[in-house]
Amino acid sequence: MSLKSKSISSKSSLNEDERLKKISPLRVLLNRPELGALGGSILVFIFFGIVAGDTGMFSAYGMLNFLDVSANLGIIAIAAAMLMIGGEFDLSIGSMIGFAGICIAIPAIYWGWPLWMSIVFAFAMAVLVGYFNGIMVVKTGLPSFIVTLAMLFILRGLTLAITRLITGRTQVPGLRVLIEDDPLAWLFATDTFKWLFTWLGSLKLIELRTDGTPLATGIPPSVIWFIALTLFATWILMKTRYGNWIFASGGDKVGATNVGVPVGRVKISLFIGTAVASTIFACIQVLDAGSADTMRGTLKELEAIAAAVVGGCLLTGGYGSAIGAAFGAIIFGTVSMGIFYTDVDTDWFKVFLGAMMLIAVVFNNYIRKKVTESK
Amino acid sequence: MSDYLVQFNNISKFFGKVIALKDVTMRLKKGEIMCLLGDNGAGKSTLIKTLAGVHKPDEGEIIFEDNKIVFDSPKDALDIGIGTVYQDLALVPLMSVTRNFFMGREPQKGIPFLKTFDVETANKIAADRMGQIGIDVRDPSQAVGTMSGGERQCLAISRAIYFGAKVLVLDEPTSALGVHQASMVLKYIVKAASEGLAVILITHNVHHAYPVGNSFTVLNRGKSMGTFQKKDISREKLLSMMAGGEELDKLEVELQEMDRIHNKN
Repeated sequence: MSLKSKSISSKSSLNEDERLKKISPLRVLLNRPELGALGGSILVFIFFGIVAGDTGMFSAYGMLNFLDVSANLGIIAIAAAMLMIGGEFDLSIGSMIGFAGICIAIPAIYWGWPLWMSIVFAFAMAVLVGYFNGIMVVKTGLPSFIVTLAMLFILRGLTLAITRLITGRTQVPGLRVLIEDDPLAWLFATDTFKWLFTWLGSLKLIELRTDGTPLATGIPPSVIWFIALTLFATWILMKTRYGNWIFASGGDKVGATNVGVPVGRVKISLFIGTAVASTIFACIQVLDAGSADTMRGTLKELEAIAAAVVGGCLLTGGYGSAIGAAFGAIIFGTVSMGIFYTDVDTDWFKVFLGAMMLIAVVFNNYIRKKVTESK
Repeated sequence: MSDYLVQFNNISKFFGKVIALKDVTMRLKKGEIMCLLGDNGAGKSTLIKTLAGVHKPDEGEIIFEDNKIVFDSPKDALDIGIGTVYQDLALVPLMSVTRNFFMGREPQKGIPFLKTFDVETANKIAADRMGQIGIDVRDPSQAVGTMSGGERQCLAISRAIYFGAKVLVLDEPTSALGVHQASMVLKYIVKAASEGLAVILITHNVHHAYPVGNSFTVLNRGKSMGTFQKKDISREKLLSMMAGGEELDKLEVELQEMDRIHNKN
């Protein structure tokens, strides 16, 4: 008897083995949301390698240049991607960048606050703005598109009005002198791995200035933040309970609520995330330029969403990846800088951006159909 | 100590002037499958939501294992062991089997504040549980969207059982399924009951309910028309009761009348 049952069970396990279809690594890859953006990045690099390989675009200095642009966009694109996976949009990212900029500059220059306190103040304001966006969307049930569009105008208007009221101008310069010895500003204003570049320079492996110092002095802070945020966001999405809640909230709000996911809290935290990422972006830019400008960040929200979409995020939520958004940002950053090294008029960049996004959306739609279709 | 695991006694629910439910009584023993039958608008949805703790009954009492219970939220119902599987299943098609199985209740590991979602354990449990009901998920990280309707239903039920349901409330589990898929789900429901769960199966399909049910409660316009043991009632009788037998009888008379007039002309 026991023998018989044993033979049956072994038979059934054999059956299971038979049904275990070998899935080719290619198929596994095809099911990943970031595939499109990864492929796109490779294509972009090949393209510029051929067209602009001998122009200095791929010198250390040139590479840091387009990596810096990519990284800046990436910082907000990753936060936008997480929010999109959670099923919402934030159109106020660009305005938040401008707003955060003057939240740093005005207290520091006009009120005599230490720089670190102004930076903390800007982040506190970001949390407030994000919380407000989130609570409005969650409590009213209005589309986040409308709520954050309103916030886009409100924040940009506030930024302009307050700056002109206090300073009489639309720009606040004079921050550079405050960076030195500040306990917090270095986080957003220090080039790292300088020794590496000095060493490479001394070996004459990278371009040098006429005075013998290397042209590229170190990795800009944006790149470090970009890498750190990509890793952090990926860890959250793939490896934590909160990450699962983000996918669930975006995938099916009602279902997630029914099984006990605190959907409202998840969404509010994601809105705070985009506002905080905008503030990181603002800190890096303001401290790099030494001044805050009320128009800073204009249209950045759309670029961030575009990068997230190219990175495989579905507009309807519940699907996407942070790594994908990071590659999306690298595509846009590389093309926007690389185009200067080619003979192509830079006006064509926007055409490329739009076309890229269309292709990505069509591709994503196809992937979603593949993933959700019944057998 | 009564025989019953759970009793819903004289439950009534009003929405303003509308009487959604009036004096509905259901009592279930362990291992019993009670089918709740009713046509559209009979009050099934309201009753489910009352059982699940979404609505508070305006009259009547819920007694679980001899204790009177008041649900303040769906969580209370879940906590004492009433697991409700809604028609929409609360599954996200784009997410993996594992991520759906543990949605909202993910197992964690690691040190406090840096706890991670224990994907390996979760994968193992999900695949194991699905295997027990004969569904071979080749890869628990595959999207639920790739599963058939019956498999999804079984996943939702299996999830409710895994998370401690003693009473399963199933809302139209077979309504969107073909014959083969439906029988797979019904088989699983019988298996669950045989392991000691009480099941309330809500359906308007007598043909699915009759083979698996031990008792049948018929709901019509918010009122219970009684609970019948299987031996006391035939499939035809049930069908005519839940469709409002009188109405069908009247229709038949009218049709005959029309026929008669037609033939005369």
